[in-house]
Amino acid sequence: MITIGNYVKPKSLEEAYELNQARSSRVMGGMMWMRLGNARVKTVIDLSGLGLDQIEDEGNVIKIGAMCTLRQIEQCEALKDLCGDGIAECVRHIVGVQFRNQATIGGSIYGRFGFSDVLTAFLALDTFVELYDGGTIRLSEFVNRKPDKDILLSIIVRKSKRKFRYDSIRQTKTDFPVIACSVVTGMVHGKETWYFSVGARPMKAALLEKQWEIPADASEEMIADYARQAASEFTYGSNMRGSAEYRQHLAEVLIRREMTSILAEGR
Amino acid sequence: MEIQFTLNKKQVTAEVGADTVLLGVLRDLGCKSVKCGCETTNCGLCTVWIDGKSRLSCSVLAAGIDGHEVTTLEGVEEEAAEFGRFLAAEGGEQCGFCSPGFIMNVLAMKRELDDPDLEEIKEYLAGNLCRCTGYMSQLRAIQKYMTLQNENSGKEAQV
Ligand SMILES: Cc1cc2nc3c(=O)[nH]c(=O)nc-3n(C[C@H](O)[C@H](O)[C@H](O)COP(=O)(O)OP(=O)(O)OC[C@H]3O[C@@H](n4cnc5c(N)ncnc54)[C@H](O)[C@@H]3O)c2cc1C
Ligand code: FES
Ligand code: FES
Repeated sequence: MITIGNYVKPKSLEEAYELNQARSSRVMGGMMWMRLGNARVKTVIDLSGLGLDQIEDEGNVIKIGAMCTLRQIEQCEALKDLCGDGIAECVRHIVGVQFRNQATIGGSIYGRFGFSDVLTAFLALDTFVELYDGGTIRLSEFVNRKPDKDILLSIIVRKSKRKFRYDSIRQTKTDFPVIACSVVTGMVHGKETWYFSVGARPMKAALLEKQWEIPADASEEMIADYARQAASEFTYGSNMRGSAEYRQHLAEVLIRREMTSILAEGR
Repeated sequence: MEIQFTLNKKQVTAEVGADTVLLGVLRDLGCKSVKCGCETTNCGLCTVWIDGKSRLSCSVLAAGIDGHEVTTLEGVEEEAAEFGRFLAAEGGEQCGFCSPGFIMNVLAMKRELDDPDLEEIKEYLAGNLCRCTGYMSQLRAIQKYMTLQNENSGKEAQV
């Protein structure tokens, strides 16, 4: 388990950022993941006094403070209005309510975990991250950056008329996913665009963008072909939860189901 | 460092290290209902309420509790005993080790969800593991308990 020398609850973001520049300092979110590691941390920086625990609907964007819990996200009406049940679906299998009352979106996104349902879901949406020092950048850029000493302040989802679906497969309830997939579609620069995000491959989620004009009455075979193509463009690995081949097969099935569901609802 | 917090409606003080977790502090303060099962956020045995919300005390830094309100089973004894009778009647308590954390989460669910169906109950309690019962007896106990609660609140509303 982690060992910690000092616990500090800074009064300002500047103070938090300065403290975090020391090599042996660590910012804490809900501490759920960090506590299980063996790190020797000199100073742990608790961000809970800095007002980062609100979800704000700002008209054209929804801004989620990094210290918002996964449970807040699961129950957020503004996210439900924008994304349907997809966001609740991406967190509701994570351990239990008590866990989700503590684990934060900041820790989940900053951690860029391979198994992350949360990252997989938000990556397919029109999502940005706001960093204390690094400004606001696309999540798709952030996901490939090496962890550094910046502080994640918020996750910003731009509102648009996009359809979103999320699904995952687990061997047992509350376990890590064997595969996690989200599909988003909408008009981007006048073109019908499909975004596919596949996580738990078991590598961290990656994003694929396709400009596909799919007719509303596309046959099952046609949708299956698109899904096969999308799934084949990701790389997969094997671990104790499943082989690479099995994961690719599951990704294809989930993508097909999600595309079918979007097309049935109408874009 | 010294922390002060409200424990079961009483103000308490404790001396804690930077990496001390809440679970041990609560037991040292006499709340022996709080159990340690896994220490890795998986079993739910250590469930307490912090500012009214169910949390896993094995994974909460005690230092962060300064100024907050913590409730353990000892703080809701009567209500817990009432539900405990349903649990016993249905055979939903065998070794009983999971019961305090489980009861705390059932009572949190009662406060948070309005008339939950079986699927909602299962989902809410997914983080409370039990090695003995196979869960069916626990679910029966919850459903009977919730039905009685709804009947009672209906009667109160009529008065
Ligand atoms: C038993 C278990 C099962 C899990 N199952 C799943 C699952 O099925 N699906 C899933 O998606 N996730 C799962 N998770 C991960 C979980 O959902 C969280 O993503 C994880 O616990 C991290 O969130 P946290 O708030 O606890 O962050 P912490 O553990 O506190 O922090 C994680 C990392 O992020 C850094 N950090 C935190 N906040 C910030 C910030 N604002 N700025 C900069 N750095 C920051 C920390 O320094 C640390 O390096 C599981 C975790 C555990 C322990
Ligand atoms: S002891 Fe806390 S979840 Fe198991
Ligand atoms: S009754 Fe024994 S663990 Fe639940």
